[in-house]
Amino acid sequence: MNTPYVTPILQVTTETPTMKTITFNFPFTTLPGQFYMIWIPGVDEIPMSVSYIEEKQKAFTFRKVGEATQALFRLKKGGLIGIRGPHGNGVQYHGKNLLFVGGGTGIAMITPAVEYALQQGKKTTVVIGVRTKNDVFFEQRLQQTGATVVVTTDDGTYGKKGFVTDYIKTLLQTTSFDEILTCGPEQMMKQLLTISDRIPLQASLERYMKCAIGLCGQCCVGKGYRVCIDGPIFSRELLETFPEFGVFTRDASGKKIPI
Amino acid sequence: MGGIQRIIDNGAGGIVTKSIGLESRKGYLNPTTIELEHGILNAMGLPNPGIQAFTHELQNLLPASVPIIGSIYGKNTQEFQNLAQQMQATGVHALELNLSCPHAKHVGLETGCDPVLIQRIVASVKSVAGIPVFVKLSPNVTDLPQLVQAAEQGGADGIVLINTVKAMAIDIETQRPILSNKHGGYSGKAIKPIGIRCVYDAYEATDLPIIGVGGITTGLDALEYIQAGASAIQIGSAVYYRGVEVFSHICKEINEWLQNHHQHSLKNLVGVAHE
Repeated sequence: MNTPYVTPILQVTTETPTMKTITFNFPFTTLPGQFYMIWIPGVDEIPMSVSYIEEKQKAFTFRKVGEATQALFRLKKGGLIGIRGPHGNGVQYHGKNLLFVGGGTGIAMITPAVEYALQQGKKTTVVIGVRTKNDVFFEQRLQQTGATVVVTTDDGTYGKKGFVTDYIKTLLQTTSFDEILTCGPEQMMKQLLTISDRIPLQASLERYMKCAIGLCGQCCVGKGYRVCIDGPIFSRELLETFPEFGVFTRDASGKKIPI
Repeated sequence: MGGIQRIIDNGAGGIVTKSIGLESRKGYLNPTTIELEHGILNAMGLPNPGIQAFTHELQNLLPASVPIIGSIYGKNTQEFQNLAQQMQATGVHALELNLSCPHAKHVGLETGCDPVLIQRIVASVKSVAGIPVFVKLSPNVTDLPQLVQAAEQGGADGIVLINTVKAMAIDIETQRPILSNKHGGYSGKAIKPIGIRCVYDAYEATDLPIIGVGGITTGLDALEYIQAGASAIQIGSAVYYRGVEVFSHICKEINEWLQNHHQHSLKNLVGVAHE
């Protein structure tokens, strides 16, 4: 039933100065790419992609950016949160040689997807991009999966210098992939769509969520695709039909805001 | 508007828009919607981009292949009249006056409980409207027939029953109401008998056509509303239970029932439960 499953926080891990992972008991199946509505009682309820998947425990990883995430940032072990979901379609792979591209907090969604790909015996390359060295997270965890991992920083303080898309442009000149999976800033994903020619691509979209069960229409894109139910992961074919993609999102009233 | 088009493509015979006000409104913080054992509880708080932005977007949809009913809410007669004019100018085929939102302060049930106010609002809208005006009423009242008659006296062209039922859910672990607004409106399967009762009572109180809504999930639910007195039905929560395809499913189920019962027209069934 799609109602908050209230559960105590088992563990809080600091990933970067502005990012934490919250682990909780949640003995229900969740696929990488799916998300939960996280209820912070008395504050708000916000969508969060799953970042760790174990049989009984799950986690999400977030940056403090607004009131709700700041409240989450203050929570400690034992604090109660409500989990509604999981929502959305989750990842599904179609090729053998996969390229994962994560930007910023998008790395949190990409990482369990990489683990899932390796469990299925896929050849896996991961490129993660952040602004600066202090923003790097999950690098070790990705290295441990056995995937080929490359880190880029915009300012060159760690890994390769430059935007993740610049690196991908070069990479694609020498290496071919069956499929790309990406999560990160929408401008980055849109650029990736353009530079990756006709390679099958899946991107995970983020929109303001309200009901998260396909009723309210808040998160609709393109011809009535609900990010909460039909997404959040969409294929290249659909993304190319969305006038919103990389262009605008909507505020809580439904008004358009440029991305 | 892509969402509206998708619902048309899935077999809906008409569309009622979200309720639109003069200014943009963000609605309440989440949680705004949760599922309960037998229905769905929500307090969205009438989020909408305001009539101006809405008009702009609706242009991408019109002319539509099915009737579009523009729903509006306001806090007084002047607002309703103003909105009715602007909504009509978008090219919609009819207006629905939301006089029954159970959880929005000053713009819902507070006006929709007062027969004098209802009559006045409907009359003021009718004085400027060249298209049919439907009035959506609430089940959260003691004397529904009185309100139905007030709408009729104001000149309404149809009555819509019911809006959601006032309700609340408390999480016993955190010991607080789950919805951020605390109070919400209950919809879905659980409220069907309440809707049936309201439509039945309204049918006795007026000769106006009635649009039935509340917990309709299958074609058989729709037929029950029609037999209670509804000439048309609306679907909301069933999109959650059966997906966007619910519209074509319900049409198919109604047709199957009609065939099995050697009936040729739905019209003959409207209000038969009263005979």
